[in-house]
Amino acid sequence: MSRQSGLWRACLGLIRRDLLCVSRHRAEAANPLLFFAMVATIFPIALGPDPKALAAIGPGAIWASALLSTLLSLEGMFRPDLEDGSIEQLLLCPHPLPVLVLAKVCAHWLATGLPLLLLAPLLALQFGLTMESTTTLLLSLALGTPALSLLGAVGVALTVGLRGAGLLLALLLLPLYVPILIFATGAGGAVQRGLAPSAHLNMLTALLVLALTLAPIAAAAALRVRG
Amino acid sequence: MSPERATASTEPALSVSGLECRRGERLVFSNLDIDLEAGEVLQISGPNGSGKTTLLRAIAGLTPPTAGEVRWCGRRIDEGRVEFLRDLAYLGHADGVKAELTVWEDLEVAEALRGGGLTVADALDRLGLTELADTLGRYLSAGQRRRLALCRILTSGARLWLLDEPFAALDEATITTVGRLLEQQAERGGLAIVTSHHPLPIDHARVVRLAA
Repeated sequence: MSRQSGLWRACLGLIRRDLLCVSRHRAEAANPLLFFAMVATIFPIALGPDPKALAAIGPGAIWASALLSTLLSLEGMFRPDLEDGSIEQLLLCPHPLPVLVLAKVCAHWLATGLPLLLLAPLLALQFGLTMESTTTLLLSLALGTPALSLLGAVGVALTVGLRGAGLLLALLLLPLYVPILIFATGAGGAVQRGLAPSAHLNMLTALLVLALTLAPIAAAAALRVRG
Repeated sequence: MSPERATASTEPALSVSGLECRRGERLVFSNLDIDLEAGEVLQISGPNGSGKTTLLRAIAGLTPPTAGEVRWCGRRIDEGRVEFLRDLAYLGHADGVKAELTVWEDLEVAEALRGGGLTVADALDRLGLTELADTLGRYLSAGQRRRLALCRILTSGARLWLLDEPFAALDEATITTVGRLLEQQAERGGLAIVTSHHPLPIDHARVVRLAA
């Protein structure tokens, strides 16, 4: 077996393992998604039925909910591995750790980011978003949520196992999440003003590429120290 | 892994020299030298807190030592990291068994992460877990989880085994089985370092005692 296919097999094995674990822990896995739906539903109720105001805040409200829900789900990425000791096996794997971390982030996004993306059109209805607005929102979520998971991996790798890690994690990550939030909601705002959202989406893509290349390396280094 | 690679070099397969580890301010051990040839099994004994686990983690490269170095086939393990890891199988204090996975699935993932030894079915058979293949990790007893963790060592086919208290929670029959596995590992030119309070159930094991 060549080394390349060995690495590929290892990554697929990890993704499969993490998704299996999530699928057998459905109640816990559904929590962030429920949280997302709940927060995004509270906005229209709290702000009243004015369709104009709702459409204006819709993308921003959905994005804020997505961000908070991601923050809630991040701990699950490495904490179980640290608790049951399988993190050691990961660290001692004869494969590049950043690639394995990327596989774990991938599994995390499939379990939390993707369901969020699928639920978002339904929530967009609550805000009465136009077709165009909804499409832009989905595009920005598709580009932004993987970046949230990637940056989140760095934060979790640094704080996993610490007491009071939740608040520390939020403090660490919120500044990193702000640029993503700005460009994502900027795209929504541009559409509503009748402009093309492509500039914002391009920036979002750039952020995703940046996170994709740097975050796994940083998270792997943090795990080596913590493991 | 072929045993020729060890004999190609005149140096000992594993050489630990001047190793010193600290936990916080406390000095756990210092100036530790160990040379291990292919086919040798080494037991590390010592009272609780004497640094057995710390030593094993330092040899695996999980915890960097404060002084000294570990060489594998003549190369420092932090320089030839990937080559070293390809030859290494580590059984930690924790079993690393996922509560949500069945025994078979758990071992399958381990095999995907670093295969090269026994197949999943063979490894389960060696440690008598075949009948539990479809049982979820959460329903396993402590001893059964330990056996599953040992299966992982077998699927790796690694030349160097680092086993931290492998006999913890095992019944007597399984202890004998593990002893036989250690002997087989030594016969095929492999190395094993085992921490344990009790004498190993094999004939020729060197012992290093760590003081409290």
